[in-house]
Amino acid sequence: MDKPNSFRNGPYPDGHFGIHGGRFVAETLMPLILDLEAAWKASKTDPAFAAELDGYLATYVGRPSPLYLARRLTGHLGGARVYFKREDLNHTGAHKVNNCMGQILLARRMGKTRIIAETGAGMHGVATATVCALFDLPCTVYMGCKDIERQSANVFRMKMLGAEVKPVTAGAGTLKDAMNEAIRDWVANVETTYYLIGTVAGMHPFPAMVRDFQCVIGDEARAQILDAEGRLPDSLVACIGGGSNAMGLFHPFLDDPGVRIHGVEAAGHGLESGRHAASLTGGRPGVLHGNRTYLLMDDDGQITEAHSISAGLDYPGVGPEHAWLHDVGRIDYVSITDDEALDAFRLCSRLEGIIPALESAHAVAQAVKLAPALPKDHLMIVNMSGRGDKDLNTVAAIDGVSL
Amino acid sequence: MSPRPDTRIARRFAALKTEDRAGLVTFVTAGDPDPETSRRILAGLPGAGADLIELGMPFSDPMADGPAIQASSQRALAAGMTLKGVLAMVRAFRRTDDATPIVLMGYYNPIYVYGVEAFLIDAKAAGVDGFIVVDLPPEEEKEFCLPCLAAGLNLIYLATPTTDENRLPRVVENASGFLYYASITGITGTRSAASDEVAAAVDRLRARTDLPIGVGFGIKTPDQAAAIARVADAAVVGSALVALAAGDDPVARVLGLTRDLAAGVRGARR
Repeated sequence: MDKPNSFRNGPYPDGHFGIHGGRFVAETLMPLILDLEAAWKASKTDPAFAAELDGYLATYVGRPSPLYLARRLTGHLGGARVYFKREDLNHTGAHKVNNCMGQILLARRMGKTRIIAETGAGMHGVATATVCALFDLPCTVYMGCKDIERQSANVFRMKMLGAEVKPVTAGAGTLKDAMNEAIRDWVANVETTYYLIGTVAGMHPFPAMVRDFQCVIGDEARAQILDAEGRLPDSLVACIGGGSNAMGLFHPFLDDPGVRIHGVEAAGHGLESGRHAASLTGGRPGVLHGNRTYLLMDDDGQITEAHSISAGLDYPGVGPEHAWLHDVGRIDYVSITDDEALDAFRLCSRLEGIIPALESAHAVAQAVKLAPALPKDHLMIVNMSGRGDKDLNTVAAIDGVSL
Repeated sequence: MSPRPDTRIARRFAALKTEDRAGLVTFVTAGDPDPETSRRILAGLPGAGADLIELGMPFSDPMADGPAIQASSQRALAAGMTLKGVLAMVRAFRRTDDATPIVLMGYYNPIYVYGVEAFLIDAKAAGVDGFIVVDLPPEEEKEFCLPCLAAGLNLIYLATPTTDENRLPRVVENASGFLYYASITGITGTRSAASDEVAAAVDRLRARTDLPIGVGFGIKTPDQAAAIARVADAAVVGSALVALAAGDDPVARVLGLTRDLAAGVRGARR
């Protein structure tokens, strides 16, 4: 495949990244996503929009998030200098709010009066419910039954914030099923309702728009590492479900050839077990939820269930820009099992006093694999995409402790 | 505009025009509730009064469908239906019926995974006339619509209440077979549109295309079908039929409702 001059120019005007992406949606939605694209493009060149967003990011979300040198983890691993980009310190405890703040301002500009969202681990649902409370907009969050059970604290948080949480029983009751149901709601209420997608997936313009709102992570990290070390990092590591925290960190570095980039998918019980959520390393191209991307499916094109201990990674697809970056070989996509992520969860908690989200623990686990073999002057940035409070029930259950 | 393939669909609408009546389009999911029962339902539909048959290609994630068709897809998949199986059903149907148009309806992923080129060859050989692929708007016409026309088959596009005047020319540009007006903004099998709104919408579409216009979404009863038949070229019924496939005696009940709907449609303009 031909290498592009830049990895940062995508998508094409029709929303494709290579063969991936696009607008595979029902006709009912098509006029609306064209409107959305126009509103998003107008906002990009409007200084008033940028000023409003930056203001909320600074005073409400708490940006910039710190870039932290994880000294004890670095010493323990004995190789690369490991930095954490502390998205876990954002208001609501994860990177999700960066995107929600951008999209809610856009929804207000478009005159939408009702917000819907899908959520897996509940972090995007909480972030959406939060910005809806802030701007006094009614909010409905679709969440799979299995996820409601394993993320009960986040369900309560969303309700506390005034959102309605609608359980989805279809399929395995996880993120894919929640997204189907959110799309059905959107089709039925298209005039009034804004669908606030939580990751760099779905139909154009969502993958590019969510990426742009998340690029604040990588833009800050770039300035911060230059400030701390006087040079760019040697590697970046982030976990990937749909892939928004990873795309936010990676995108500003894609055209720096000296920066190695590792995207970490969830291998669940192991790729060979068939029970995983690694669509790039264990799936193939298909069309779902409005875009072409790598998917987990059977030989008849029926989508299969993903599996991960982490609800936020438990999705059988991945953002189309990641699919393209996989095809062109710019990013190294790897996978981490449930057990490896749990080990990293415990290690990070003990060594750094930081309890990572199980999602982010997949990135930490990859750092644990890579760092020991790297020289001590190798600079690695790991995206600490979220905090692990929401996962305590899951980990306690594994330890046989009832909370 | 590409030339419109001449299929059983065009011939059937021409025949309906000479009879001065609208057609009844029935949707059932292939393989629901099981392959043998589904085969018997399909074989019985023309005799019960279906003028065109939409045969659902079941998909694991039917995002534009309501509970009835979701459940129907799940039953069919659980009973082992595949895209190859759908084509085999059409082949079997064609042994006894070479006149009733068959339109396969579903989502793009199974077709994409099958391979567009191979699928079009196999579908045409099986006796399929056209397709409705819910998640392929005109913006993605290079994927399937243009290959479909080149293969001499129809891709039937949907227009909806959100399809405005700016957009309508794009929708009808490469549409063929008929234009399917989804009369509500929403998923299948939920609420119904008011008949005066449908009449106004059909007039709006007729100003932009000479294709026959079928109207669907939310049509459940013979009276509703008759009201549509007075203003459009065909009434499409799906959810109400597939809901009967789940219960007792599905063949008799699906065909029974088809007969009632057909009577409604055929009596509408008298």
